[in-house]
Parts: sequence; C-alpha cells; structure tokens
Amino acid sequence: MTATAPDGARSFRWRRRSVLPGFGLSMGYTIAYLSLIVLIPLAGLGIRSASLGWDQFWKIAFDQRVVSALQLSFGAALIAAIINTVFGVLVAWVLVRYRFPGRRWLDAAVDLPFALPTAVAGIALATLYAPNGPFGMILDDWFGIKVGFTSTGVVMALIFVGLPFVVRTVQPVLEEIDRETEEVAATLGARRWRTVTRVIFPALFPAILTGFALSFARGVGEYGSVIFIASNLPYQSEIAPLLIIIKLEEHNYAGATAIATIMLVISFAMLFVINLLQAWSRKWFGHE
Amino acid sequence: MVLIAVSLGFLGLMLIAPLLVVFVEAFSRGLGVYFDALALPDTMAALQLTLLVAVIAVPANLVFGVAAAWLIAKFDFKGKAFLLTLIDLPFAVSPVVSGLIFVLLFGANSALGPVLDSYGIKVLFAVPGIVIATIFITFPFIARELIPLMQQQGSSEEEAAVSLGASGWRTFFQVTLPNVKWGLLYGVLLCNARAMGEFGAVSVVSGHIRGVTNTLPLHIEILYNDNKAAAAFAVASLLAMLALVTLAVKTLLEARFAGEIAAQRRH
Amino acid sequence: MQVRAENLRKQYVGIAALDDVSLTVQPGELVALLGPSGSGKTTLLRTIAGLEAPDSGTVYFNDRDLSDSRIQDRGVGFVFQHYALFKHMRVMDNIAFGLRARSKNKPKESEIKRRVLELLDLVQLSGLERRFPAQLSGGQRQRVALARALAIEPSVLLLDEPFGALDARVRKDLRRWLREIHERTGHTTLFVTHDQEEALELADRVVVMNKGKIEQSATPDEIYDTPATPFVFSFIGESSVIPVQIGNGRATLDERLLDLEIGALPDGPAQLYLRPEDVTMVTDGGPGIPGLVVSTRRIGGMRRVTIECGLARHRIEFDAPAEVPINNSQRLTIRVIGGRVYGSGSEGYETERLAASATSDFKWAKAEGWLDR
Repeated sequence: MTATAPDGARSFRWRRRSVLPGFGLSMGYTIAYLSLIVLIPLAGLGIRSASLGWDQFWKIAFDQRVVSALQLSFGAALIAAIINTVFGVLVAWVLVRYRFPGRRWLDAAVDLPFALPTAVAGIALATLYAPNGPFGMILDDWFGIKVGFTSTGVVMALIFVGLPFVVRTVQPVLEEIDRETEEVAATLGARRWRTVTRVIFPALFPAILTGFALSFARGVGEYGSVIFIASNLPYQSEIAPLLIIIKLEEHNYAGATAIATIMLVISFAMLFVINLLQAWSRKWFGHE
Repeated sequence: MVLIAVSLGFLGLMLIAPLLVVFVEAFSRGLGVYFDALALPDTMAALQLTLLVAVIAVPANLVFGVAAAWLIAKFDFKGKAFLLTLIDLPFAVSPVVSGLIFVLLFGANSALGPVLDSYGIKVLFAVPGIVIATIFITFPFIARELIPLMQQQGSSEEEAAVSLGASGWRTFFQVTLPNVKWGLLYGVLLCNARAMGEFGAVSVVSGHIRGVTNTLPLHIEILYNDNKAAAAFAVASLLAMLALVTLAVKTLLEARFAGEIAAQRRH
Repeated sequence: MQVRAENLRKQYVGIAALDDVSLTVQPGELVALLGPSGSGKTTLLRTIAGLEAPDSGTVYFNDRDLSDSRIQDRGVGFVFQHYALFKHMRVMDNIAFGLRARSKNKPKESEIKRRVLELLDLVQLSGLERRFPAQLSGGQRQRVALARALAIEPSVLLLDEPFGALDARVRKDLRRWLREIHERTGHTTLFVTHDQEEALELADRVVVMNKGKIEQSATPDEIYDTPATPFVFSFIGESSVIPVQIGNGRATLDERLLDLEIGALPDGPAQLYLRPEDVTMVTDGGPGIPGLVVSTRRIGGMRRVTIECGLARHRIEFDAPAEVPINNSQRLTIRVIGGRVYGSGSEGYETERLAASATSDFKWAKAEGWLDR
C-alpha cells in the first residue's frame, strides 16, 4: 500500500456508495417510467407549442376570449387560495389546539375534497348554489349575491377543491410547535396576540406559503368541479381549461396547445417564485 | 369557542353540505329510481371501465412509487431534489392539460398516432388513452406517501439485514415492506380514489363514447346534462361512498398506526 | 480473526472522516474506539464492517483483502446504536433472521430454533422469545441485537455505541455482562464509545480518535498515565492547561521558575497539562505558585479546588483533603509535582515527563518511572 494523493486521485463521484442493493434497478426504473409517463409527453407539448411560431402563438395568446379565460382561472384561483389560507389556518388551529366532541370526524372530513371526485363535487355545488338551490336562494334573497352560474360560483368551487391543502400543510407544523414555546413566550411577558404574531406565525409561515401555493396551483387547473357551477359563458365565466376543451372539440389543436402552454408556464413560474419565497422565508424566520 | 364555531360553520357549509346534497338528491325520487339508474347498461359499462382503469393504473403507480421511494430514501446521489420535483410535476399540471398532452401525442395528426393506427392500435378515444391519462394524473400519489415515511425510518434495519447475510430482495420484502405497509395502503387508497374519480384528463382523451369509453365521472356529466339529475346523483353517490370509505379507512389507519404513516403529507 | 485496516481515507463533503487511519486488532482482542462525536470512530467501525466504502485504503480479515467482498459475505456481527431490531418480528425471528437468510448450509428449522434458544440463554433473555421489540426494555433490546449478531457466528463483532441509549445503571450492568460474553465466546470485538469510563473499564486496548486520525492506541493504563498527545490528555480524565515558557532547559510561568524537568523540549512556548493529582497545596512555607481560590466543590472524600494563578489568571484544578477548610477568595500556594509538557514546535507534539521537587508527597506514585531516574 503506497500512500495515494488524497485529493487529486479521487475522481468525481455523484453518489455515495451504499451497501444496500438496488440503486441501479430503482434508478433505471424510476427514470424510465418518469420519462415515459411524464417527461416525454410534456416535452411533446413543448415541441408542438414551439412549432406554432411566435406570431401565431401571440395571436392566440392575446385573443380577448383567451385572455378573459386565463384572467378568470388565475384570478379566481388566487381569491380562492387566499380564502382557503385564512380559513385553512383557522381550521388547522382549531383541530390542533382544541378538544371537542366530533373533532376526529371534522379532521377526517377535511380530506373530503381529496377523495371526492370533482364531477361529484361539481354537480353537488351546482345544486346547492343554483338560483333555486338552498344556498343560492338564501344568498340571493338576503344579500343579493348570485353564486350559481357566475364567476363567484367558480371561486366557490375552487375553495372546495383547494380547502385541504393549507390545513394539511399547516397542521403538522402546528403540532410540532410545542405549547412550551408558547408558554415560554407567555412567561416572558408576551401578550397573547404578541405570542401569536411573533412566535407562532413565523414558525408557520413557510407551511402556510406551501399550502397557499398548492391550493392556488390546484385551483388554476381545476376543471371538473367548476364547469357545472359556472355558466361557462365566453368572456364571463369560462375558465381556461374549458377553453382548451372547446378548442379541441373544434379541432383547433394549435389554440389548445398555446393556451395549455401559457397555463403551464405561468404555473411553473409561480411555483418557482413561491419556492424561492419559501427558501427565503425559511432563512428569514430562522428555520435553517 | 368562537373559533371552533367559525371553523365548524365553514367546514359544514363548504364540505358537509355538498356531501349531503349528493345523497339527498340521489334518493329524492325514491329507491326505485335510484336502483334503476344504477342498473342502466351504460352505468354498468361505466362502472366496469372505471374499475378496469383503476386495476391497471394503481398497480403501475404502485411499482413506480416503491421503486422511487427506495431510490430516494435509501441512497444519496446528486440531483435528488430535482428528481423529487420531477415526480411532483403532474400535481402542477391541470387535468385538462394532462389530457391534452396525450391527445397531441397519440392524436390523428401526431407522429405516433398514425403509426399505431396502422397496426390497429387505438389509444385515443379508447381504453388505453384513458388508462395512460389516469396513470399520469395519479403518478405521484404513492411515491409521495412512501418517500417521507421511508426517509424517516432510515436505513439501519436494512443495513442490519444485509450484515446478517440477507439478499436485496429478501431485505426489501421481509424488512422494508412490513415497515411501510400501512403507509403504502394509504397511498394506494388515495391513488385509487383519484384514479376512479378523475374527470378532466379522462374527459379529454375519452371521446365520450357511451357504453364504451365512459367512466363513472363522465357518465355523471352526461346524465346531469341530459337533465337526469336524480340518476346523475345516484351514480355520484357511488363515488361519494367510495370517497367516504377511503376517508374512513384512512382515519382508522391513522388512529391505529399513527407512527407508521408519515405525519407530513402533501397531495 | 485478525482485523487490519490500512491507510483508510474517507471524506464527507470536504471533511475528512478518516484521514489515513491504520489499525490492527489481534484475534480475541476487545478494543474500544473512543473519541468525541465527529472524530471518525463510527465511520471507522462501519468501514471495517463494509457498511461504508473507504475512498482509499484496505481492510483485511486474516490477510484476506475485503475490498471487493460484499457485506453479506464478510461475516461481521454488527450491533447498531439504536439496535435496528426488526420491529414487526418477534424476538426469536429477529435472532433467526441471519440463519434463515443463508443460501448455503441453511440449517433445518428445528436446528434454528435450538440455536435461537441457546443464544437467548446466553444473553439471559430466556422466555422472551415470543415478545416483539416494542415490548422489551432498552437493555433487553440491546441484548437481542447482540444475540442476533452472534447468531451468524461472526468472525468479528462490531458494536456502535452499544450502551449509548441506556440509562446509567443499565449501562454498568451491561458493561460487565458484555465483558463476560466476550470472555466466553472469544470474538475479536471492536466497539465505539464516547464514554471514556466505559472504554477504560471494558477494553483490552483503547484507540483514541480525533478529527479522523488515531491519536493514540494503547492499554487503558497507558492512555491515562502517558497520553501521547494533548488531545488524549484533555479528553481522558480531568485536566487543567497552563501555558509555560521553555528556556535553558527550564520551564517558567510568568518568569517564575517552575521546579520541573522538561527534558529535550526545544525553547519557546509550551503547554503544561495537569491532572488534579499533579498539584498539591504548599503548607510548609516552601516555594510554589501563589493563587486565588475561585471555587471549591466537594467530590467524594476530596475537595476539588479551582484557583487562578499568574498574571493571565490561568485556572488550575486540584484536590485538597476535605477536612482542610478552604474558602473562596482565599490565597494559597500550590506546587506542581507531575503532569506533562507538550511543546508546540513544528515537528509535532514533543512530550516529556515532568520532574518535581523531592518534597513531593503521596501523589507522586502516579508518575511511574520518574523515581527510577
């Protein structure tokens, strides 16, 4: 054994060797399956979109009907995500901090939108909020708010499908902030509200952001629950996914591809920004 | 107290009310109409197709989920975070867009479609298309459930097994799998619920051919648009029950095996 | 089985976990790898087991090069820090796992059962074979883990912090018991620990590691009495450090001559390392170092006194008889009667045994060999 140069002799390694077998097999299978199911089909969309050329692409993108649909999809998703964030944090707080009869059931019910097919949710919401439906009538008679077959209905549907995300991301973090931390803050003389804003909120912030992002992303793409409750009128209550389907039915593949590409690009960009925000907030609030 | 009331009210209005409406409407015309709607040949065909799709899509993603979780939880390699992002990708894609990418891939004016067609293989507006779109949509579910769980459990039991002379497969089946079985079951349930309930993507690739390429959710849409609301809700109640069973099993699993199902989950 | 590691190197993201480590363990020897966390001791153990691959260097079992042998074929009994018992298997299935996993010469099920019961008897857990790991105490789990490792008739037994997760009482019992098992089975055994008491009490030989290097490998007595490096001195036992100046073959502290023999140390700054028993109080008015008492506490039959000496107020701890009253802020004079000086020359750590004045008392017996000169 002669001594070898410790640094120069070692070649670049991209993984740590492990005694557990199956690295090659699982890596190969994962990559192959991922490529086949996800990456190649998505790349197909990119290629088709690129083959449109800028002129055609911009023409479709700035068509008034497309712009309205995208505005509605992103705008309604944003409003729904904000509402879900507020109520989601509240529900998570109640589920973690209070003990009351039926808490288990409530906890389980939060996952309903994950498990209930969107078409089922769609027809149920449409029935509830239709002008002659139980909720629709009350809202119209008492407050003059029309929900069914309007863009408000779109927001309602998106609240439903996005509701669990914030609760489920915030809940485990909240469970981990032990009461001790709060009690320490209290013994140090912090008032309740100050404890909440200075101790609890910073700890929750990254999780809230994640939940918001997931809820938002889900809302942007949602189709099944929305089409039943919205009247799907162009320029008014027509969401972008619906417009894609309409273009497809017209055999307008170029139009469908362009809208889909815009949606994907905006979604990915927003998720990217939110990931950055999250990294930043983790640093800012001292999570790392 | 106020907070509890507000939460209860919000969840009641937003979640429970829609669920109740499904069952109320389903039985609004009586049991006869309910069972007639379920007994329709189209309904039975849709049910069969839905089950078939789930039977193919769920195991496919199960094998993938286990392989990906083993890879990510048991090995250190460069690009792991990037791979995780890629696995999550279908979550960020609208169901309709997911359907669209397969229309573009297998459609009449695509590169692949005509070739397959010449061999008599129809993908689009046929069962294979529905299966592939469903696999895409439910792609991350099981992997996402297993990865945090297996990461949290670490590798020392597996290391112990190999140091005692066990082969890789033996280690996996006798040591790893029993440790994650409840989390795996939970992932399978979620994946299955989504596979059976997927609407947007399937709607795009199916072509809505009654009795042939209609799954239960598509069938609900058709009935509803035909002004057969009671029938639509009757079929919907089937899927709602599936959802309830899923949630019930989930709650049970969590209560009994809290430690064996990862606490942190994102869908 | 002799275990030999040669020139092992391993790096984790730029930090050397093993920095050219060589070690030989003789057949039947019980060796402790001792060091602070991050010293590389666990990495060394895992590399010998084959759980980690070194960046360079070789592990031999009886001159057989193991570089290309799979861990399954090495025949090492490895006991993990947190036991790594198979949670969903009963105690007996845990212990039988290695026997059942054999592809060649797999014993019959009845034979396996007999062996399991035998091992359970050895680790004093008879009657618990149908329990699940969750139904056992920490000490019992530790013993099941050991029985499971012994079941494959390992050529080498490796234990990673075997008593780390147990409370103090159980630790002491298990320590004695592990020693007994080792004497009965005679396996070549290596264990990792950060507890010096455990290492010194249990092992035939202690290997002290720091920053990926072996600082000293010696018997427990040698480790305590003649630590090879300042690190070993301060890691084992209590110690005080004061900087001294070496000049003309004498050591001085604040220009006050210390009555010490420092041998061939080069001139310049050096560190004087002292154990509490290397210092006595001067009560006869003789020469010594004056200091101010800053704290006292009672340790068993002695009183541990901390005083500050010299201009820079270096703290020195020593033991005084409990019956002598000593108060804070009291002035007293001490004399150094032992200890070790480590120079800071570029050639490394020169060490020299100290000489002390002939008036030294009972403490002196510790620095063996000094009187012979």
